[in-house]
Amino acid sequence: MVPTNYYVILSAILFGLGVFAFIFKRNVITIFMSIELMLNAVNLAFVAFSQALGKLDGQVFVLFVIVVAAAEAAVGLGIIILIARNRQTLNVERVDLLKL
Amino acid sequence: MLAHLWIVPLLPLLGSAINGLLGAKWPNKIVNLAAIGSTGLSFLSALEAAREFFGSGQAPFRKEFFTWMTAGNFRAGFDLQVDQLTVEMMLVVTGVGWLIHIYSTGYMAHEGGYYRFFSYLNLFMFFMLILVLAANYVLLFVGWEGVGLSSYLLIGFWFLKKSAADAGKKAFIVNRIGDFGFMLGMFLLFRAFGTLDFQTVFTKAGTWPAEPMGHFGTLTIAGLLLFMGAAGKSAQLPLYVWLPDAMEGPTPVSALIHAATMVTAGVYVVARSHVLFSHSPTAMLVVATVGCATAFFAATIGLVQTDIKKVLAYSTISQLGYMFLACGVGAFTAGIFHLMTHAFFKALLFLAAGSVIHALGGEQEMPKMGGLGKKIRWTYYTMLTATLAIAGVPVFAGFFSKDAILFAAFQSPTGGRILYAFGLLTALLTAFYMFRLIFLTFSGKPRYDEKNVHVHESPWSMLGPLVFLAVLSVIGGWFALPTFYQGPDYFAIFLGPVFGARETAEAGARAAAHSLELLLAGVAVVAATIGFVVAYWLYVSRPRKADQIAQSMKRAYTVLLNKYYVDELYAAAVVRPLLWLSTNVFWKATDVAGIDGTVNGIAHGTATIGDGVRHSQSGNTRSYAVWVVAGAIIVLAAIFLWPSASKIAVGLVH
Repeated sequence: MVPTNYYVILSAILFGLGVFAFIFKRNVITIFMSIELMLNAVNLAFVAFSQALGKLDGQVFVLFVIVVAAAEAAVGLGIIILIARNRQTLNVERVDLLKL
Repeated sequence: MLAHLWIVPLLPLLGSAINGLLGAKWPNKIVNLAAIGSTGLSFLSALEAAREFFGSGQAPFRKEFFTWMTAGNFRAGFDLQVDQLTVEMMLVVTGVGWLIHIYSTGYMAHEGGYYRFFSYLNLFMFFMLILVLAANYVLLFVGWEGVGLSSYLLIGFWFLKKSAADAGKKAFIVNRIGDFGFMLGMFLLFRAFGTLDFQTVFTKAGTWPAEPMGHFGTLTIAGLLLFMGAAGKSAQLPLYVWLPDAMEGPTPVSALIHAATMVTAGVYVVARSHVLFSHSPTAMLVVATVGCATAFFAATIGLVQTDIKKVLAYSTISQLGYMFLACGVGAFTAGIFHLMTHAFFKALLFLAAGSVIHALGGEQEMPKMGGLGKKIRWTYYTMLTATLAIAGVPVFAGFFSKDAILFAAFQSPTGGRILYAFGLLTALLTAFYMFRLIFLTFSGKPRYDEKNVHVHESPWSMLGPLVFLAVLSVIGGWFALPTFYQGPDYFAIFLGPVFGARETAEAGARAAAHSLELLLAGVAVVAATIGFVVAYWLYVSRPRKADQIAQSMKRAYTVLLNKYYVDELYAAAVVRPLLWLSTNVFWKATDVAGIDGTVNGIAHGTATIGDGVRHSQSGNTRSYAVWVVAGAIIVLAAIFLWPSASKIAVGLVH
């Protein structure tokens, strides 16, 4: 039986990586993937706590998160395709029409 | 008609509304129909009301048509009343008003805004009738303010001319000062009597004891406050300054509003409230003194004015002073009598002056007139009639009323001789400046540009009212004719029921002092003759003498020509300090710096903060990512590090 701590620490590391990539990467697709990574890190924590506490609530939450993530992926990818078409780039630094 | 008395004032209002709302595109004839028709019908219904009044044995009539407002036990209603005083005022207002309407159709025929003029004039008639028919102070005040409004509108009729617009404002503002006193007087009466209904107030006040001289009780103060309003409306010292400027309005307006009717409203109010005044010798003395001083003061200014309408304006102020003098010495009948005769001859003087101005194509300066007597005969003879009337020549209307006033002043126990002396002096001055006006205008050699000015007699629409008023100026005073052979004064007897016991006692004293009255009348005639002779000598036989005298008394002449510098004094003492206060304290300090400063400061502060904070919205997507993470970290930190917040957070988790 793997202790819950390990799951939580793994989850924290994955979340931290996601945050790190979310901030520092320039490619929109990479940023998008880092968001997915954070979501899944949270999912992992949910499942781990669900297991540790012996309740199903966490796992139900995970299902919801997956559904929302799928919807978000559909919308997000649509936006990314539009950006790529209109701006001929995927670099967020250059998507700056609202800049002062 | 008495049962439907509201028709009398309503007809002019209807005419005003029709012309004002629809008349803009109508030809003059249709405007005339609405204006003259409505006032003419109003005059006829007033006559019918008067006939019914006499038919009912002169029983005072009073009817409450509807309640206008109630608050607690206070009620102000649309209550109209008819008694002898009202009948006299109502007939003068509608009759003279109607004549002046007819005259205006000729005088204003070539002016723009024809419909507007008649709409205002009809509106004035409506409010004036409300004023004289009202049976309580509140409704009277409605008419009071309404005539002020119409006066303002008509003075500023040629509003594109700055002097006319300014004169309108001046009239309104000066009247406001008086109205302030009038309102305070009404409040005081309400406090004392719990109602503002004439009947109740006068009945209750009649039972109060008279307040001795120098004692400032309720009735004295109420009377003085009402008189303050009357002094504003009737152009008495010190609030007379608006009336000379009001001559900026069209001449028929000067005749109707600023000579015959509106300016006499103050006299009417004092006479109507005679019960209050009779109970207060102090207030009476103030009224008499102010009236007498105004009469003399305005007459001296009138001596040297060169504008034909200005002379008449000061003459009006002076004659109004006579009326107040009469009221002040308790001779209310004489005051109202003079009010009526004055309405006839002063309206005639103004209308004739308008005819002169019309004949000369707009010239108002008497030094540029002269020799008109033969060219415009009708105007000349009618104006001469009015002059004889105002100068107090026997048989003419003004003689009887002025004589009655001077006689009453002479008999007055408080300062009667002084009041009489000034009244007599004023009569002399009146004769002088009026004949000066006649001689400068109608005799001598023409001083106008004979090549360019085509002098022409006015149309019959203007001359008709002149002739009619001239007849009234002659016979208007004959009610009092029998007094000269020890007969009754029919006018005094007619008004007797209104003014009650006081007048009866006076009539008794008058009968007893018959020889004295004849003597005083003789003295007054002598004074008028002296005025006439001096005017004749200065302006007909020795035309250059007048200028020489003016030169030799240059200082006095300049002071008179500049009207004692009263306007300048008011400008320095009142207008400019107020202007300074308004500009620097109320406008620049309070409004601009205080109120605007606060509002603008808040807006400016918001803008400054927004300007600083907007840099966080860099438009750079990645910076938003950092903000999101930073926000998340701050929330987490708050939850775990803030002692109380963590408890809440833990509570939520559990």
